[in-house]
Amino acid sequence: MNTNVSELLDQLTSQTRDLLKNIEVDQPLIVGIHTGGIWVADHLHHALDINCEMGELDISFYRDDFSRLGLNPQVKPSKLPLDITDQHIILVDDVLHTGRTIRAALNELFDYGRPASVHLAVLIDRGERELPIAAQAAGQVVDLAPNQHVKLTGPDPLALELITT
Amino acid sequence: MQHFLTTESLSKDQLIAILDTAESFTNVDERTVKKVPLLRGKTIVNLFFEASTRTRTTFELAAKRLSADVLNINIGASATVKGESLLDTLRNLEAMNVDMFIIRHQDSGAAEFISKHISPGISVINAGDGRHAHPTQAMLDMFTIRKIKQDFETLKIAIVGDILHSRVARSQIHALKTLGAKEVRVIGPRTLLPARVDTLGVQAFHNMENGLKDVDVIMMLRLQKERMQGGLLPSEHEYFKLFGLTQERLALAANDATVMHPGPINRSVEISSDVADGPQSVILDQVSYGIAVRMAIMSILAGSE
Repeated sequence: MNTNVSELLDQLTSQTRDLLKNIEVDQPLIVGIHTGGIWVADHLHHALDINCEMGELDISFYRDDFSRLGLNPQVKPSKLPLDITDQHIILVDDVLHTGRTIRAALNELFDYGRPASVHLAVLIDRGERELPIAAQAAGQVVDLAPNQHVKLTGPDPLALELITT
Repeated sequence: MQHFLTTESLSKDQLIAILDTAESFTNVDERTVKKVPLLRGKTIVNLFFEASTRTRTTFELAAKRLSADVLNINIGASATVKGESLLDTLRNLEAMNVDMFIIRHQDSGAAEFISKHISPGISVINAGDGRHAHPTQAMLDMFTIRKIKQDFETLKIAIVGDILHSRVARSQIHALKTLGAKEVRVIGPRTLLPARVDTLGVQAFHNMENGLKDVDVIMMLRLQKERMQGGLLPSEHEYFKLFGLTQERLALAANDATVMHPGPINRSVEISSDVADGPQSVILDQVSYGIAVRMAIMSILAGSE
């Protein structure tokens, strides 16, 4: 597995650029998911020269394990810079795993309005999906064993940590 | 935390966790869908033995913004007047599989009593019990202060009015001391200040002009009109002359002093209209923040089963 974050970010940027060309969108709304997703989104936002401010989502209120784990005490407010209705959104996260975070993020997004489209860009797609969710752009696709975990640390510098339990 | 009964038993970290969580709920009402699904499928009962509009409606709205189902029970109009005991009423509601009770009662200790007799797994929130405590009001006041002043350590705060009968004041004092406020003062006539109020760590003033000098936050209390009849106070007019917050008195406090009041306000009894509606008043902000703070407390309880 490649753990060079800047190479992965370059790869993700080029895939996202191709994606935007395919869907014929020049200025999408970039929305990052707390916390790692925001770091990646921030990079994409600059690399793709997006004029409009970036959005941030904290999906804590939409998690499906709330009744088991309780509320994360460090919930950050979600911020979307404009009305998302009819906007093309690139949703950004660091690691795509079960797909549950993305499910929660989609539910939250739709409580803000009805976007024209939502596409998913992730730094690492590590497989093991539990929901019908897929990334349209990824810095790297890698198969990890269930006992392996990958985590993005940052924001300065961004680094990937591979932990085996 | 399973129940939320007073601010007294809580640590600074717990109070700050509530304020931080409330912060993240403040923008829920700016969305197209003014709701988050956190308490979807939970049933919350507003059990009010005493009249209340603001507290009950903000609890109801807070629960609904968390997607819970809410039942409002006004006990005056319910079974207890038919002779059913408090515990029988509770057992019946429990049998309907509810998840949380919000209790307002005229007797001190009622919410705690109920929390001790309730089935495990059901949470109780105290929405005001007698003269004892009104912890969610105190927390929304702390939230309002932090929003405007950021830091408690540098603040001089005055609580003005009927401290003796006020559950709000008691909860405010505990929360302010725990959060490390620099100085807490209480101002009121001798008949309305508790005898040993200094044991709570506050300074007592019987003169408005002295007490308000240089304070950063003025927390007014509602003067309950029923106190007039008890001979504790001469008249509304007399009270306003001595302890009413007017523009002239406000000028004695710090230039950027904030004026707060838990509502409902008695204009020209404890506060003049130009102050209540003036630029230093945050009385209506307190109401809005009350929803976010109550959402935070409910979700912290619901998430710690």
